[in-house]
Amino acid sequence: MSALRDPQQQRGTFLPRPGPRPIEAPQMRSLGGMSRADLINLGGAMLSAVATALLIFGRLTSAHGPLGFVVTSWALFLTIYGLLTSLTESRPAVVDRLMSAVLASAALVAGLALLTVVWFTLWEGREALTKTNLFTQDMSSAGPQDPLSIGGIKHAVIGSLIIIAICLVLTVPLGITTAVYLNEARSRTAQLVRTVVDAMTALPSILAGLFIFATWILILGFERSGMAAAFATSIMMLPIIIRSADVVLRLVPGNLREASAALGAPQWRSVWHVVLPTARSGLATAVILGVARGVGETAPVLLTAGFTSTLNTNPLSGPMITLPLATFEFVRSPQPAMIERGFATAAVLMVVVLILFALARLAGGRPAGTLTPRQARRRAARSAADASRMASAPTEVLSP
Amino acid sequence: MTVVEASTTTNLPASTSGLPAASPRALDAVRGLGDKVFARGSLAAGLTVLAIMVAVGLFLAVEASEALRSAGFSFITTAEWQPDRNEFGVASLIIGTVLISAVAVAVALPMALGTALFITEIAPARIRSWLIAAVDLMAAVPSVVYGLWGLFFFQGKVISLSRWISTWFGWIPIFRVEGADPGNPLANASVFTSSTFIAGLVVSLMVMPIQCSVMREVFSQVPGGEREGAFALGATRWGMIRAVSLPFAKGGIIGGTMLGFGRALGETIAVYLIISPRFDINFHLLEAGGNSVSSLIALRYGEASGFGLSALMAAGLALFAMTLVVNFTASGFVARSRSGASSEA
Repeated sequence: MSALRDPQQQRGTFLPRPGPRPIEAPQMRSLGGMSRADLINLGGAMLSAVATALLIFGRLTSAHGPLGFVVTSWALFLTIYGLLTSLTESRPAVVDRLMSAVLASAALVAGLALLTVVWFTLWEGREALTKTNLFTQDMSSAGPQDPLSIGGIKHAVIGSLIIIAICLVLTVPLGITTAVYLNEARSRTAQLVRTVVDAMTALPSILAGLFIFATWILILGFERSGMAAAFATSIMMLPIIIRSADVVLRLVPGNLREASAALGAPQWRSVWHVVLPTARSGLATAVILGVARGVGETAPVLLTAGFTSTLNTNPLSGPMITLPLATFEFVRSPQPAMIERGFATAAVLMVVVLILFALARLAGGRPAGTLTPRQARRRAARSAADASRMASAPTEVLSP
Repeated sequence: MTVVEASTTTNLPASTSGLPAASPRALDAVRGLGDKVFARGSLAAGLTVLAIMVAVGLFLAVEASEALRSAGFSFITTAEWQPDRNEFGVASLIIGTVLISAVAVAVALPMALGTALFITEIAPARIRSWLIAAVDLMAAVPSVVYGLWGLFFFQGKVISLSRWISTWFGWIPIFRVEGADPGNPLANASVFTSSTFIAGLVVSLMVMPIQCSVMREVFSQVPGGEREGAFALGATRWGMIRAVSLPFAKGGIIGGTMLGFGRALGETIAVYLIISPRFDINFHLLEAGGNSVSSLIALRYGEASGFGLSALMAAGLALFAMTLVVNFTASGFVARSRSGASSEA
């Protein structure tokens, strides 16, 4: 108490003198990584495994085949690596090294599979891909025997674009509004909608196609068209978009919503000015990933779009074709040129999906509420403007 | 001053039991026009989605009922598919679908588990995000691309494996191949092509990323304290994984596996491209020919009569019922493992 009454301390703010620098926090040591002995063991085991496998396959036995070779070298590698490690390490450490190697190989196999899928498609389609007529012509003038310099997939590219655009118009407003509804209305109906949407993510995509085929085409009597394909794809995309948008909206911090309500905003203003902008990047990701799924989907389009080799830009009448469907039709033909076109189409499709995917990564790398540098700069400028406005405000208004 | 004195004595109620239980007061907020429009509008969107989804399910059920009533119980036991002669059933289809999916999951599960553990526990932080992106990308590759790859590239490579398995493990009934001649290395490979096994392998690539991302998410929720505790007690990394991560993530692993199984059940185009349809109950995985519900629909929808379409709808309904059960069970597992995570963290 006496210290508080001390006049010297009461007069001004007490500033601690800068003393010796505080002790710096020790650097975090890296727990992972490998020692040099480990690396040598690993490399040595790999080399000797491959060498032994070569010996077995080339000289000692009549075994052959690349797959067997890889599997044999892998088994040999694990054995030799275990032996080498056990020279210096205890048993748990040996098991640890071996299991680490096994887990890494699982990841390696998956990565290799992805690489071969991408590479094989690009490689097989390389000749058709390098010809510009692939993108400027449709297949109407190309017969089954024609070389790759005639005919292209312009009709499929444009068909895909039109169908996915219709899907976007149908699913994005409906899907995001529904996701908002699921988050804002905490009623039993909302629970029911959420359950049904969850159930519908299990719907095999071909059944979405079968539904539109049976209703729109057989019962209502419309012809197969881009519109029908867009309906079928939308039914498939809608649950995907709703579910991922729902997850993203649930991540919006509750205190933002409460702060908005405390400032007197009605619910719709909170949603429009706080919840949706906060979740914008996540919502963009949800939509883009939904589109990536929709663009690559063959089964519903197969039943509903029909097949055509000419360009059709009218989604309401006449058959329309998409990239995956064109791929599917091309490779069912026995002609090598057709199959090559199929690979080129698949490669184009894959590039489209890759681009969409990169966009999704760009849009959605950040969790809800985190700003890009540009957004942060804009916001800082706005508050600086506010600050100067307040500073220049006439003081008599502030203190009457 | 009297006021102060009066307030010094506190009145304690004799017992609290006589008081009514405290309950939150109803807050009546006046909802403006904007909010009313918002509430109605969002409700309308929700109900539209509900209506569409229910319509799909109901329509399938109603359309299928004609075929189901006509076939009766034999719908489950018949292997043939000839709706025009009223001889059709899903026995071979369901068994074929389940076998393909089982092969897919059997191959994908170790791959997904290993990749998920590698990403969360072993990979250096720098390449982790790249690995995650690669797995997500694998999920985004269209199924027709996997189908092409399987048909033109993978099938040729894997036949030697099929032959090897059938030669050495042919005594196990599911690996037996009729017409295979182990003694003749130049024997026709066509007995091994288009088999359930190959279709399952291709589908496994589509299933793996789904399983992997569910598992990775659960592994990343393993409480840091428990992991560090295991390390502090002297566990190796694998020791920690076995003692902490795997038991903690068990629900997520099971759920993720089942989600992948559900996805495999509905896969159409890749299976359609690879398999050659046959309508008998065939447990021989390596043998040419097999079947699945969705590839049957893709194959037969065009030529189907009204009744044939109804039969296809019934098959589709059976498939949907299976995927529905599998998915709900799976999300139950995943949700339970996640709620456990939040309570322990």
